[in-house]
Amino acid sequence: MNSIHDMGGMHGFGEIPYEENEPVFHAAWEGRVYAMAMYTPVGVPGGFRYMIEKMAPAAYLDASYYEKWMHARTQGMLEQGAFTQKELDEKIEFFKNNPEVMPPVATDSNRVEKALKAMYKQQPADPAQPDPPQFKVGDAIRAKNMHPVGHTRLPRYCRGKRGVITHYYEYWWVDDTPPAGEEHAIEPLYRIKFEGKELWGDEAEPNQVLYIDMFESYLDRIA
Amino acid sequence: MGHDHNHHHSHSAADAEIRAKALEALLVEKGLITTDVIDEVVRKYEEDIGPMNGARVVVRAWTEPSYKKWLLDDGTAAAADMGYTGKEGAKIVVLENKPDVHNVVVCTLCSCYPWPLLGLPPNWYKSYAYRSRVVREPRKVLSEFGLELDENVEVRVWDSNSEIRYLVLPEQPDGTEGLSAAELTELVTRDSMIGVARL
Repeated sequence: MNSIHDMGGMHGFGEIPYEENEPVFHAAWEGRVYAMAMYTPVGVPGGFRYMIEKMAPAAYLDASYYEKWMHARTQGMLEQGAFTQKELDEKIEFFKNNPEVMPPVATDSNRVEKALKAMYKQQPADPAQPDPPQFKVGDAIRAKNMHPVGHTRLPRYCRGKRGVITHYYEYWWVDDTPPAGEEHAIEPLYRIKFEGKELWGDEAEPNQVLYIDMFESYLDRIA
Repeated sequence: MGHDHNHHHSHSAADAEIRAKALEALLVEKGLITTDVIDEVVRKYEEDIGPMNGARVVVRAWTEPSYKKWLLDDGTAAAADMGYTGKEGAKIVVLENKPDVHNVVVCTLCSCYPWPLLGLPPNWYKSYAYRSRVVREPRKVLSEFGLELDENVEVRVWDSNSEIRYLVLPEQPDGTEGLSAAELTELVTRDSMIGVARL
């Protein structure tokens, strides 16, 4: 979707904020949100990233990174019926009024063992498909000029631009939101090289290139 | 470089802590997660899964030519050989810096990052400024990190947008050939493996 998360090439965000000796988590709640987001067995309908991207642009910009995570996971759990909005509102009210109280404690060493296995589990390669790839290394392509309302991994700054395929990554699940009622497609994935001038015109810096991966359905052939 | 005023000083930070407690209470009460799972996941990413892993891979590549070749050919398998597998590591590609080629990695859409090798990304990597700017003006961004590159150096920006995760292999600094692996590992910074620094 064409929203604020797709910010490659934008002006106006100023200098890069840099913190020496930055901690992994800046507050205890960030780490706990990370763990809950990754290890609660309740999915996010439509996908975790899409749920973040659907935030109103002003809210997206205002929320910190782990606030976005918490928002998307909480919304997903509400939609999946893991708890109700009323239960959530009551809990928030309770902890607002009782700041010294901590959440209840439950332990289960079997679950810890399972979580650690999942943390290190080698991710399987995605399944090969019978259809041969339509492009090969060296082919000139143009990234599609497309504007899907769902999640896509084709950023705006590449759309309509000409590039060259420099590597073939075999088949991967396409992350884009599939049409209603359909599964995610599995497509060939390619590494595309774009010259700086193609993307940024006369504003490009000298000797600048961009590499980005693209699913086959993002590409048009240039004759 | 600037200091961060838009990420962790948000006016809603106190609210966020309350909402996180409410969420944890609900999930624990409903049996969807346990407290020790949360504690252990946090501990792992604070202590064991971080840039020291990537640094060990880099040093092994510097000191063992056959490993370097493997790492560049099949980063996923070479990293797995060191025990570095798991979430956000389905396919790892290692990018070799050379005197005339410099690689730098970003995720303009969000925060893709090779967790098994570098842990969770720092705030600047997730900042709107880095995500928006480094694809368009990488030399200017790198110079703000203190890295000035000659015009004859090709700057390759890698926008991670699929499931492929990228790690930069920095060049070994001159005069460090005699150092032990442990000493070399100390030299390899997180920033050099993202590509915003050279060693």
